[in-house]
Formats: sequence, C-alpha cells, structure tokens
Amino acid sequence: MAPKIPQQSPLQHSDTVATAGGIPQHAAHPTGWRRWVLTTNHKEIGTLYLIFSLTMFFVGGIFALVVRAELFQPGLQLVEPEFFNQMTTMHGLIMVFAAVMPAFTGLANWMIPLQIGAPDMALPRLNNFSFWLLPVSFTLLLSTLLMPGGGPNFGWTFYAPLSTTYAPSSTTFFILALHIAGISSILGAINIIATILNMRAPGMRLMDMPLFVWTWLITAFLLIAVMPVLAGVITMMLMDINFGTSFFDAGGGGDPVLFQHLFWFFGHPEVYIMILPAFGIVSAIIPTFARKPLFGYASMVYATAAIALLSFLVWAHHMFVVGLPLVAELFFMYSTMLIAVPTGVKIFNWVTTLFRGSISFESPMLFALAFVVLFTIGGFSGLMLAISPADFQYHDTYFVVAHFHYVLVPGAIFAIMAGVYYWLPKWTGHYPNETLAKWHFWFSVIGVNLTFFPMHFAGLAGMPRRIPDYALQFADFNFVSSIGAFFFGASQLLFVLVIVLCVRGGKKAPAKAWEGAVDLEWTVPSPAPLHTFETPPVFQSTDK
Amino acid sequence: MRLWQRPLVFGAGLLSSAACFAQSWNMPIGVTNVSREIHGLHMTIFWICVVIGVLVFGAMFYSLFRYRQSRGAKAAHFHENTKIEILWTVIPVLILVGMAIPATATLKNMYDASDAELDVMITGQQWRWRYEYLGENVAFNSNLSTPRSQIGGEEDRGEHYLLEVDEPLVLPINRKIRFLMTSDDVIHSWWVPDLAVKQDTIPGFINENWVKINEPGIYRGQCAELCGLDHGFMPVVVQAMEENAFDDWLAERKKVAEQEAQGVGREWEMDELMARGESVYQSICASCHQPEGQGSPPAFPSLAGNQQLINDLDWHLDKVINGVSGAAMPAFRNTLNPVEIAAVVTYTQNAWGNETEEIVQPARVADQVEP
Repeated sequence: MAPKIPQQSPLQHSDTVATAGGIPQHAAHPTGWRRWVLTTNHKEIGTLYLIFSLTMFFVGGIFALVVRAELFQPGLQLVEPEFFNQMTTMHGLIMVFAAVMPAFTGLANWMIPLQIGAPDMALPRLNNFSFWLLPVSFTLLLSTLLMPGGGPNFGWTFYAPLSTTYAPSSTTFFILALHIAGISSILGAINIIATILNMRAPGMRLMDMPLFVWTWLITAFLLIAVMPVLAGVITMMLMDINFGTSFFDAGGGGDPVLFQHLFWFFGHPEVYIMILPAFGIVSAIIPTFARKPLFGYASMVYATAAIALLSFLVWAHHMFVVGLPLVAELFFMYSTMLIAVPTGVKIFNWVTTLFRGSISFESPMLFALAFVVLFTIGGFSGLMLAISPADFQYHDTYFVVAHFHYVLVPGAIFAIMAGVYYWLPKWTGHYPNETLAKWHFWFSVIGVNLTFFPMHFAGLAGMPRRIPDYALQFADFNFVSSIGAFFFGASQLLFVLVIVLCVRGGKKAPAKAWEGAVDLEWTVPSPAPLHTFETPPVFQSTDK
Repeated sequence: MRLWQRPLVFGAGLLSSAACFAQSWNMPIGVTNVSREIHGLHMTIFWICVVIGVLVFGAMFYSLFRYRQSRGAKAAHFHENTKIEILWTVIPVLILVGMAIPATATLKNMYDASDAELDVMITGQQWRWRYEYLGENVAFNSNLSTPRSQIGGEEDRGEHYLLEVDEPLVLPINRKIRFLMTSDDVIHSWWVPDLAVKQDTIPGFINENWVKINEPGIYRGQCAELCGLDHGFMPVVVQAMEENAFDDWLAERKKVAEQEAQGVGREWEMDELMARGESVYQSICASCHQPEGQGSPPAFPSLAGNQQLINDLDWHLDKVINGVSGAAMPAFRNTLNPVEIAAVVTYTQNAWGNETEEIVQPARVADQVEP
C-alpha cells in the first residue's frame, strides 16, 4: 500500500522550490524509518492508520477469541473470571478506539483529498501528530494487562463506581491512554473539517461532494462535539480515584447515574461516528457496480445530518432500566424510534439504486451488499430495543450483544473491507486477487452469522452479557457462536493475504479501475503518485 | 452432553423449532400481566420487522437477480422522485406511531407501583442479593448454591446449574408487591425474565418496581449488570406461593428472627460460634477472601496469617461491621445480624492456623452496631 515516491530530477526539484517562493514544499523525502515517522503526506499517513487499524483488529480479535473459547461450553475451563472480564473490556476498547475509528480515519486521509481534488490534508504536520499519538495510547492501554491487579475489567462502558472505587490500580493508565486517543481523534477531526471546507477543487460545491466526504464531514463534527465529553467524564474518574472527589461516589454525595448520562452522551454519537463513514463508502460502491447514479443524493445527505442531530437526543435509551422518570423514558423511546426513519431512507435509497441497474458482483460490491442486508438486520433489532417496555427484557443480555455486533461487524467492518477492496487498485496499482477476495467474503459472511445470530436467541432466552459461565440451557447457542467466531477470525487471515499479494503485484489497474466509478480519485493514475492535484483539477458539477 | 453431540442437538432444535420456539429460543411469556404485555409488544415489533425485511430484501434480491450485467441488463439513469421519497418517510413514521401507542400504555402501567400490599427491599451486594420484608422484621441473604466443584467440572452439573440459591425470595401470588431496590457497593441489576422485572440497583439510589404474580412456581434469573469478579455467579430465584402458604411461611420466619434476636443476649460456646461462623464465612466471605482465607491480593487481602487481624481484634471487628472505605470490603452492620458477625469474626480469628483463641460474643457486636 506504500505509495510510490515519484522519481524527480534535481532540476524539477529546484523548479518546485522556485515556484513555491523559496519555501521547500514537500521537497524532502526522508527514507527508511524516518520516511514513516516524519511523513506529512496524507497517503503515507493514511497507510499508517490502516496498518495500525488492521493490527489492532487482530489484537482485539484474539481477545474476543479468548472470550469465545471460555464460553465454548459451560463451566470455567481456560481463564479465571477476573481475566475474562479484562478480555471483554479490552476487546471492546481496542475494537472501538483502535480498530474501527482509525480505519475510517485512514480511509479519510487517503481518499478525502483525492475525492475533493486537494493536494493534501489542510494541516499535514498535525496529521502526523494525530497518528503517532495512537501507538502511544494503545501501547499504554495494552500494558495495563501486565500491571499488578491486571488491566481494566469493568467493560468498555466502564460504569462507575465499578471503574472508580472498585477498579484495579491500573485504571489511571487506562484514563491516560483514553485521553491520548481522544486528543488524536479531535485533532484528526479538525484536520478533516479544515480540509473539506477549504480545499475543494474550484467549482466543487458542498452538494457536489462524494458522500464519503459528506459523511466524514458530519462525523468530524460529531467527534469534536463528543470527545471532550469523554475527556470530561474520564477526568472526573481520575479525580475520584486519585484526588478524593466524589463525582460518582454516592457515599460522598456523588451520583453513579451521572456517569452513565455523561458516558452515553458521548457514547451514542460515538456509535454513529463508527457507522456514518460506512454509509459513505457503501454509497460510493453501490452506484459504481450498479452503473447507475445513487437514487437520492440530497436525501442521503439530509438523512445523514438528521441521524447525526438525533444522536444527541437518544443517549438515555442505553439506560432504560436505571430508574429514569416515566417522562424521560417516553421521550427517549420516541426519539430513538425516530432514528429508524432517516436510516430507512438510506436503505430504501440503496435498494432503489440497484433497481434497473446493470449490476456486477466484484468483491467490493459483495461486501457492500452484505452490509445493506446485515446492517438492516442490526437496525431491526435496534428498533426492537427502542421499545422501552420490551427493553426491560432485552437490556444487558446477549440480544444487545447480537444487535451491536450486527451493526459493527457486518456493518462498520464490512464497509471498511468493501472500501479497502474498492480502493486497493488506486493505492497499489493492482487489482486484488478476486478469487481469494471472494473466498474471504463468503467465509466472512458465514462466520459472522454463525457467530452473532445465535446470540439473539441466547439473549431472549435469558443469558446476560459479560458472564464467564452460564446455565445449561444456553449451551447450544454458545457452542455455535464460538465455532463461528473461530471460523470468522481465521478467515480474516485471507484478508491479510489478499492485501499483501495486492501490494506485491497482480493485474495492473488503470486510472479508472472500475467501469462505473465517477469520483475524482479515478482521474489520477493508479497507483496514485505521492503527490496528486498539485494543480487543482477543473471540477465539472455533474447532475448528481 | 458430549461435544460431538451438540451439532446434532442443535440441528434437531432447528427442526423442531416450532415447538421449542416459545420456550427456549424466545422471550418467555412469563407469569404476570406485565410480562404478557411485554411479550406481546416484542412479538408485534418482531413481526413488523419481518414484514419490512421481506419487502425490502425481496426488492433488493429481485433487483440483484433481474438486473445483472451478466444477463445483459442495461442501466437506467433515473434518480430522485419526491413522491416516493415522501412516501418512504411518512409510512415508517405511521408504523412507529402505531407501535408507540401500546408501548406507552404498557410503560405507564409498569411505572405505577401504587397500592402495593407488601414492600420488599432488594439490596445488591458483591455477589449476592439481600431481601428484607419491610415492616415484618424478616431479612436474609440469597447466595449462589451451585458448588464450585460443578463450575470447575469435577462434578456433573445439576439441572439448575448457576441458577440456584441457598434461600430464594418467597412471594405470594395474586398480591401486588412493591420492590425497593438499592445496592451496597457497585451497580447490579435484578432480573427475572418470567416476571419481566429488570431494574438496576444503584448505591445511593432507591429504585422502585412492582410485580403481581399469577401462578405459583419457581422463577429464575440473574444479575444483569457487570458488577465485578463474580457477576456471572449471582442468580435470582423467586418462589411464588399461594397466599395462605406465604402467610404461614412469613409467620415462621418471624418466629425464627425473634429467636435469633434472643440469642444475642446469651453466652455462646466456642464450638457453636465456629460452626456458625464457618457457614457464614463460606457463603459471604469466601468469594473474595477464598475458602481457605488465602485471599487474592492486592484487591482481596489474605486473612490466613494476617498479622494485623491476629494482633488487633478491635480493628478486625470494626472492618467487618463498618467496612473499608474506598475499597471493596462492604460494611456488614446491616447485612449480618450480631450473632452472624460474632460467629464469623470468631471463626476467622481461629481458622487456618490463626489460632488466637479469641471469642467474640454477639452481645459485644450488638453494642458496637447499635449506637
């Protein structure tokens, strides 16, 4: 995936220097490790983000497999409950903050400048800093597993007072790690907003932007709005643990429920941070392989904005059983149900785009179609969970686990994979091996459903989440889930194989790698040279 | 069941799913009017989702099949149609309104805990439940009774593995019972699927819920909110009785409580206290400090050979009665009665080679607890 450094003669070099008024612009190309550590190039930083994310996807995946191995049959066989709790917690934290979020940021880094005809991100040095904060943050977070008393063991939602008064002593490091990751996200979001609002090709209006750019613009605003809330709540935890305050300690006059309000005011928009860019990717891929424009471009933009606004008004649906007053319960039930409307608009749009198209089924399209179907199933269980009286039965069971894994794994992660297969020709200049990619697709679809579908039944039958051992009537569901999880995990090795093979060689891709592709990234050569659009392209506003 | 048999059973389960569906694959209908209403809402929204799913996926797979490029499909270029877009916004809104109306009615009903005939205080503790019949002077702890040997697999697992307790919550049928719910340490969540009651128990808060059970029986559930190490080993068992049987049971428990209270005044023998203390220790203390008192430092200090505990009985008694602030050790002044506290402290002072020969009488504990 490493973009090729263009061979430039010394003469051209000095030309660049001269035109830039004596300021050496992108002139220095360090080599070796310094190329990657010091890079300010959006493509190289994008690649770093994607490699980091893929690595963490496997780390978080191994944690999940420890959990699934323990749950393979009733009884405690492999790990102690203490370590089990650390594994569920770390799996969630790593997947959310270190795998899914950086993957989207990596795609944004690579593709947003290419899609809007900009030479780079608006703030390239900040971009480098945002990335390098992540390895620091997650090395710190993972190191807590080796500390006395173990790592975080209170779930990725870290409810107080379990995460304060009753937490292991490594929690302060967990807080610091999350602060660093949060700063990285905020800086990345600022950079993306600055780039999109200032650096579009002449003639490209906001309503001309590809949907991936639109969804990321909205996501970036969500990040800026809610990451400070997360920073606030973990700082309050820090004070409670180390400086004798009682924000969340009832014994000192504090309020444990306040923690949940603050956490979910961050947490619910965070959920959409992990899905809106996925909508953007799918909205690029489906029209490309249906060879037909997206049915409703404007309504897609408005639906995305509506989902983002609603995301600030629904947080307490995660708290239906904490004892909210009736009126709050009703408000959050209605507002949550309302989210189904713009989400439905999106799904109807994708389906109508397919209608009367000329459809082919390359690997990016397969993942995008699986996204539409399986994300919709996750949406259905979400609608069921919105019905507050029924949520008294669903809450904190495997039904919820099934729900959010359907929207995150075949939702967010399938969209990321679709995006990777879609843009790999642009990044490497080669098509990915289609046969292997299709094997990867079918194994992933089977694995995902085998893992997560039985969880619906386990939850409805009464299995709570986050337990290391369970009653015998849940044994068959867990048996199937565990087999599915190992199958899914193993098939992701194919994904790595396809990427490695594609970087090293393969069928050559032209600039416009897919017949139906329309956006600006397909006007630059494949592989995209290190510097693109140094002269802004002329953008012809097409009728979207 | 052997491992290789599982897939067979699972397959058989799929085949006979029509029969099993209502029982072990789906939400239970339960034994209260509220649980029936909730089950009804659940099935309604489920079938709405199924219908929408069939329509949407039907249209999608039809398009995927019919408009394949390999079949020579030529792409049309239509897009945007205001009428259709308004239609697919308005119809979902109408469906949602239709769903919200019955959901609102059920929710209002669930929130009306007025006119209860019996109040039960439910307190979550790491990792057991405490039940107190308010105004009746009856209270007890309810602990997991599945032996650790079953969890470790040295012994065959029983029918109610992990869903059985030493003392269930006993309730009458046909009477409205109000639950007042709180916690002594972290947040727990008291859940019995057949009663459709799931409510967080939160330190510093008292939550309210209610139940009116229609059928006698034994109903099992679990703690639903991650509450630390033994979250998975904190079951709830409710035994619902005919009203007369319940009244008899309650009267019997009151008598026992009175006898226990009288026991505080008398002088206890070492052997009596040790026997009682061991049973209290194993049901209350052993989950953290371990059955042999070895603890699991640093969170849960060892008690066997603990010099502070051996040398300072007053300190030991104070920690058991008042807890350790800022740590996992709860205060047991309201959870255990003076006899139980005296017994468990005496036991800890003399078990596992501690051998201090100290005897704590219940009267001494009562003095320390009362003021």
